[in-house]
Amino acid sequence: MSAPHRHNAEYWFLAVLKWGSIVFFVAITAFPLLYMISLSFKDIAEVLRDPSDFFPSFAELSSLETYRDVLRPADEGGRGFLLLMRNSAAVALATVVITVGAGTLAAYAAARLRFFGKRTINMGMVLVYLFPAIVMAIPLFVAFSAIGLRDSLVGLTIVYLAQTIPVALYMLRSYFVTVPVEIEESALIDGCSRLSVIWRIVLPLAAPALAAVSLYVFMIAWNEFLYALLFLTQSPELWTLSLGLQQLDNQEIPRTVLMAGAVVISLPVILLFFVAERWLVEGLTAGSVKG
Amino acid sequence: MAQGPSDERPEVRSAPEVALVGDGAGPSTPRTAGRARTMRQREQRLALGLIAPGVLIVLALVLLPVVWNIALSFRELRLIELREFSPLTFDFSLENYQEVIGDSDFFELLRTTFIYAVLGTSVSIMLGLWAAMVVQAAFPGRSLVRGLILFPYVVPVVAAALLWRTMLNPQIGILNAWIQSAFNTGNVDFLTSSSFDLQIFGFQLGLPAAFTMIVLFEGWRSFPFAFLFILARLQALPGELYEAAQVDGASAVQSFIHITLPQLRGVFAVLFLLRFIWTFNSFDEVYLLTGGAGGTQVVSVQIFEYLFGRSDIGAASALSIVLAIVLAVLLLLYFRFVPAEESV
Repeated sequence: MSAPHRHNAEYWFLAVLKWGSIVFFVAITAFPLLYMISLSFKDIAEVLRDPSDFFPSFAELSSLETYRDVLRPADEGGRGFLLLMRNSAAVALATVVITVGAGTLAAYAAARLRFFGKRTINMGMVLVYLFPAIVMAIPLFVAFSAIGLRDSLVGLTIVYLAQTIPVALYMLRSYFVTVPVEIEESALIDGCSRLSVIWRIVLPLAAPALAAVSLYVFMIAWNEFLYALLFLTQSPELWTLSLGLQQLDNQEIPRTVLMAGAVVISLPVILLFFVAERWLVEGLTAGSVKG
Repeated sequence: MAQGPSDERPEVRSAPEVALVGDGAGPSTPRTAGRARTMRQREQRLALGLIAPGVLIVLALVLLPVVWNIALSFRELRLIELREFSPLTFDFSLENYQEVIGDSDFFELLRTTFIYAVLGTSVSIMLGLWAAMVVQAAFPGRSLVRGLILFPYVVPVVAAALLWRTMLNPQIGILNAWIQSAFNTGNVDFLTSSSFDLQIFGFQLGLPAAFTMIVLFEGWRSFPFAFLFILARLQALPGELYEAAQVDGASAVQSFIHITLPQLRGVFAVLFLLRFIWTFNSFDEVYLLTGGAGGTQVVSVQIFEYLFGRSDIGAASALSIVLAIVLAVLLLLYFRFVPAEESV
């Protein structure tokens, strides 16, 4: 900030602008979050009576009726979100494990080893990362229908891998390039094999990057909607949380219950995110923005 | 690097050398040619072994489908024929393309998608720049605000769309409640009306309500992404530049215009490219918020509509090829007019 005596009016103007801006950004981010959480506890009749009164009363907060409704199994009259949560978690975790495994090996090769076709593969991965999901969607839909993988969580996981491996490869390669090679070199001279160098030196050193990539991949798989919609719509017992919530929106269900569902589906990613924000931020921008 | 004693085995000594050589290294020198070739062959084999699982999955699920999509787009294929269809039948009919491009709304569709992508991208980059400028300065609660700003980006898109649909709901939405008490008007159905007349201080404004909402939603969802990139770049800027400017008597606004903005040009170019591509193809945001109603039909949603609404796989496939071609042409134009050093 410039010295106050030099540009006095400007200084005050900027101070007002700064605090006004802070208020603006808190309003467009914290308010929707607060509104979503508040409404998820409300009784729908109250909201219909006065939409601007969205803060839940203590009785509403403690009854948890909307959450019970959302989580209860479908055969007991609920929306069965516990089952959907299990589906989402299984798909997301499998995607993370396979992506990080395959991505680490490939990224190490792309960063450290010399081989024919390296440039092509690096360029290809960036292109795939940018490639529209909707262009792959139709052939994958047709092919997976033909081979019977369409209404299955395995099929869904396989499709997610195609979207997450390029991201993981790109992020991890950018990270490996910044790690000094000297330690690996001395291990190689001491007779360590490449694979044990990866296992004993590269992986422990890359732990923060691996955590960031895992989180990011988990977020992609957990939040994904298009392929879940294409593949699973006809099998309600396989729905992921995203698909389940969207399908509820088509039915006559109180908005407050929908908001409880939105909180349930958002909570895991928001919690993970607040725990590991720093890693994720560094991982997301690593290598993409050069200093 | 320390040279090993002369009796050390050459392949061991050359391992770090090989590791240090980057992309596109020249041919091996004649002196070590014999041993180096086997070293290189081994390295090549190892590298291919390491990279194969990832690359094969991606090739099988991206390249193969894209090629096959082209074949599908020339075939007459309905959704119900899926059971008894054989993938290796070849057919060559332009009917799908005629149907898709001949549709009376085709150019309207492209126009809407293009404007949506340009505006959504611009809103997200401008909000991201603004947020990054705000968070870069120190103030109490800064890390909390930084965390909050990432909320629109990490929240699942289905939850975010549902939240917006609820806030904008004509009956119970908070926004309508506020608008009604502030302007004393009736309900506004933001998500389905293609035009909405707003009376502000006697001026009559005709706003494309639903379209404005999908642009704002896209901007809100993705500004944290731009924010992260711009903030990382801002924090990497050398402080001396600003100190020198301040010594020379530049105001904060002058520093912003003459130092910050030019330094950010590269990031803007990358962000615009990435966000434009993603927004141009985006399906989730529009499908979930408006379903294409009220003048918000975009190409991706139309593809889905062909596939399930009209059960016409061939037409859906043809439109997705058209989408890819239009995008490729736009990218070529972009690289033609944006100098190479700025487009990364």
